[in-house]
Amino acid sequence: MSSHPFDYLDGNAAGGELSNIFALDVTAAEGQCAHCGATKPFAEARVYVRGPGLVARCAVCEHVLLRLVNVRQRLLLDVRGMTYLSLNASQSQESA
Amino acid sequence: MWRTAKVVSLRNETTTARTITFEVPDWPGHLAGQHVDVRLTAADGYTAVRSYSIASAPSSDAHIEITVERLPNGEVSPYLTEELVVDDRVELRGPIGGWFVWRTQQAEPVQLIAGGSGIVPLMAMIRSRASAGSNAPFRLLYSVSEPAAVFYRDELRAVSDHDHSVGLTYTYTRVAPEDWPRVPGRIDPTLIASATWPSQHSATCYVCGPTSFVETAARLLTGSGYSPDKIRTERFGPTGDRQ
Repeated sequence: MSSHPFDYLDGNAAGGELSNIFALDVTAAEGQCAHCGATKPFAEARVYVRGPGLVARCAVCEHVLLRLVNVRQRLLLDVRGMTYLSLNASQSQESA
Repeated sequence: MWRTAKVVSLRNETTTARTITFEVPDWPGHLAGQHVDVRLTAADGYTAVRSYSIASAPSSDAHIEITVERLPNGEVSPYLTEELVVDDRVELRGPIGGWFVWRTQQAEPVQLIAGGSGIVPLMAMIRSRASAGSNAPFRLLYSVSEPAAVFYRDELRAVSDHDHSVGLTYTYTRVAPEDWPRVPGRIDPTLIASATWPSQHSATCYVCGPTSFVETAARLLTGSGYSPDKIRTERFGPTGDRQ
């Protein structure tokens, strides 16, 4: 699947790009993998950022959860790899 | 949303790492463990974005600190560590992340495990604990290549001398100080057993470092009885050099 065993980061690394789209924090959101059914915080997904876009894969089965590409001022978001994403609405304004 | 941040001070941590303090107008505040994205734009419009953990404790004074390690072939880190001067401006996005965070209301024991510059968000947690007057028992296991690579050495010593509920264990992968009891090398089950909370304490673990380090540490923790849902991880690495 990949040439180097540790060429991925995790969902935390996608937080900034996804903040362009989501008003709520996605890293602490729980997503369900549409392939294996594992439900985990998005922060635990394997995130690959070296390609032309960003790809998040399930940490359990490695199927694609999310793809995000920025081309010619358009953001293309594909989330069909997740059955759902459950976001915490109470944390949107949390800070010091 | 990008904010313009002004550099207000610079401090060398090691020969290759530098702490940068930014003044960020309208900074909404942050939680220990969160990061920011830094965007640099060249004269020709080319932009580069990198993520850096916030090193400073949450505060209300619109200042934040990051510590940047210079990567040999980096595109952004050489600029931030060698060329940036006080009064320069960069763009910041954040704070980012609500998962890899420690909140001052958390009273349970905390196990921090850092690989190299993975210490940065964990230092924010130690500083946040101190500034909030928290009594949560903390332990830090800090793996570095050699003694000269340690960030925040004096502050860490002061914290653990002053407050015995913050335990500090260094481990070295390449060169150890003279008379160090452990041969330099990777973290292993023996070290995890001696330097971390036994799993029955139900400590919350925060592990940050290069991906290979994080995978090893997380595997050792679960091997020593930790439940995976008590382990929060943040990975960085050369692959973090985006664009």
